[in-house]
Amino acid sequence: MGKFNAALMLPNPMTPNKAIVFNESKCTGCNKCIDVCRADVLHPNPEKGKPPIVLYPDECWFAGCCVGACPIEGACIMTAPLQQSVAWKRKDTGEFFRLGMKNPPPANTKPPVV
Amino acid sequence: MSNDIETMRALQWQYPVDYGKENEYEVDVLVIGGGLAGCHAAINAAKRGAKVAVMDKGPVIRSGSAGTGVDHWHSVCTGPAAKVSPEEMTQIMCTMPWFGGKYCLGLGKYITCKESYETLMDLEKLGVPIRDLDDEFKGAPFRDERSRLLYAYDYDAKTCVRLKGGPLMKPLLSAELDRLGVQVFNYVMATSLLNEGGKIGGRIVGATGMSIRTGEFYIFKAKAVVLASGTPYYLWTFNTELQGGAAKFYDPSYTGEGQLMAFQAGATFINCENSKRSFSGGFMRNPYGVGDGSNSWYGAPIVDSNGKKVPYVDREGNLLKDEEVMHYSKGIGGMDGMLIRDLEQRIKAGEYTPPFYADLPSMDPLERRALWGLMVGNEGRTNLAVYKAYGKAGFDPDKDMLQVPFLPSNAYGGSATWMAKETTPVYWREMGRPGCNTVIDWNLKTSLDGLYAAGYVIGSTDSSGASTTGRYAGRNAWKYAQTVEQLPYDRAQVDREKARIYAPVTRQEGLGWKELKIGLCRVMQDYCGAEKNEEGLKLGLKWFDSIEEQELQQVCARNPHELARVIECMSHIGVGRMIMHGSLARRASSRLFDFHRLDYPEMDPPEWDKYVSIRLNEQGGIEYGDLPLNYWLQEPFAPTYKENYDQCCAK
Repeated sequence: MGKFNAALMLPNPMTPNKAIVFNESKCTGCNKCIDVCRADVLHPNPEKGKPPIVLYPDECWFAGCCVGACPIEGACIMTAPLQQSVAWKRKDTGEFFRLGMKNPPPANTKPPVV
Repeated sequence: MSNDIETMRALQWQYPVDYGKENEYEVDVLVIGGGLAGCHAAINAAKRGAKVAVMDKGPVIRSGSAGTGVDHWHSVCTGPAAKVSPEEMTQIMCTMPWFGGKYCLGLGKYITCKESYETLMDLEKLGVPIRDLDDEFKGAPFRDERSRLLYAYDYDAKTCVRLKGGPLMKPLLSAELDRLGVQVFNYVMATSLLNEGGKIGGRIVGATGMSIRTGEFYIFKAKAVVLASGTPYYLWTFNTELQGGAAKFYDPSYTGEGQLMAFQAGATFINCENSKRSFSGGFMRNPYGVGDGSNSWYGAPIVDSNGKKVPYVDREGNLLKDEEVMHYSKGIGGMDGMLIRDLEQRIKAGEYTPPFYADLPSMDPLERRALWGLMVGNEGRTNLAVYKAYGKAGFDPDKDMLQVPFLPSNAYGGSATWMAKETTPVYWREMGRPGCNTVIDWNLKTSLDGLYAAGYVIGSTDSSGASTTGRYAGRNAWKYAQTVEQLPYDRAQVDREKARIYAPVTRQEGLGWKELKIGLCRVMQDYCGAEKNEEGLKLGLKWFDSIEEQELQQVCARNPHELARVIECMSHIGVGRMIMHGSLARRASSRLFDFHRLDYPEMDPPEWDKYVSIRLNEQGGIEYGDLPLNYWLQEPFAPTYKENYDQCCAK
């Protein structure tokens, strides 16, 4: 068993819990994502150069405008809430897959028609 | 509040806050709402010489129903290969329940049928890709080989274009606004309209707004205003825990300020009583993101767990052969196309075994690519959340069958499965279509001088509906603006508005906006739900009055964002009242409006084949009235669509 976390007095986590997550090692704090958010979910970080604060994840509509505006691949990540996970069946093998599963099949990177 | 955990953790607001600071602008045409309707209105006024401003609660580059994409463009009746005339298409739409059947606002539909193709050409000039220029779909039955346009739903009628550039539309429109010198006010919510002399019913001379980031106040003087705001939504349901925003068709900004401000200013409204069991406030799935046979997914082969195919039927319920599915519906198959109607009974009899799947691998490769790569890849909110996210997770439409949610067996027919409408409690409702509409004339002018309207507000939903009516309203607003003087606004009216909206930031502590919001939803569920009567509706109005004088006065906003949400709660009360008054005014039940009056149970008595209207008189009292169906083809208007259009289109 590892080291236990310190116990903190905090309100419960928001629902959804992890709508938008920033990778702090990649994000430069350019804040482009903030000014395309339809519901103004994100707020500038008081510390310049740091990722925006995800202030209102409960108002996130999962449009992904933030991810689309992010100049750095993987700095801003949107994850659908678990209750919106979907399933599919591979036709020739009958295998079951779902969005977010452990050990997913290889990514299909074919772009949409543009 | 030393014992308030949130206050203890709070960081400083990062935008400079200056509540109530006045910023004043003077323009020819002010546009409220920067979605497709608003952008096209602004562009068409500005390029004719008007000085234009656009106010939007969100960022115009991504706001509105098509902000993140759209995969289809309806009603291109004047397109190069179309087989349905504007008159015929208008008539078809005015009989379809999806558009409100006999209550469908046909004048907007006709304008769309006349200008849809021109508007698409406007968009192409701005850089929106619409044609299959690289011939990826060469030889496909849905491609017109000469124009290289791709069509959806009915490959013969060719009135609905499959659109590939949907996600680029708003950024390109936004750039065009900049190029034309339109002043764009992002994150400024419109809060009220200003009447000449401050009198209800007076000419509209401007509007007010508030920045949801800084709390500053905006006053616009304008010769004409175009109201292009969205659906009043989140009226019967609001919660973030049960479903989350992913399961809502509209984002949290859709709260009805536009409708309410026009009503408060004295505009006449119809169709306020039209609500329906919620398709997207219930237990919805990610739109277009599950196996389905409707909308963008229309025509996808749906199979049960054993691979047995479920047939499609036409609008009348007749079985369609596979080769007929994409060839019958006059271009609007995606709207009402559906699976066999007795699927429920067949499931219960053991003929079909859920869960069902969309059998993408069995499709013709070009059809599959058009469905998943073109439509789902470019529809609203699907480009990233569905197409790219599923691809990243390994979903491959060449190999995989996307599951249809395992729903109660009665929930598969009649609507798109992602809507899961049949799983929603009947009193969880939303505005119908058309719903809460301003009465308009052939100039798309409302009953108030100086106020024009487009898009959802006039029942012209969908991308081409909003864009075309925006374009038309923009032209007419500018035409009018050239004939009138700029008038001063009434200072007392502005002061009343400031007092109304800023009170919540003067309180140190109190109720949060969410608690208020959900409480207001409960009033709508209880007193304006699936079954209504006079007693209940009047009680609902009483509840709103009572909440307005008690809980609303205790709500505290701790920053401009929360203040905006409280103002939306005020809109909730106001639009809720409009709906209750509209419901009181219709003393009959109506099937198309899913409107059940327990005290007037007779369904669709002929004397109620009319619009009921509501408006405020000059003293602020409510007045009910009525209007004949198809009023736009009766005196004082000309008797045909074409004559009216030709006289008023302001081209």
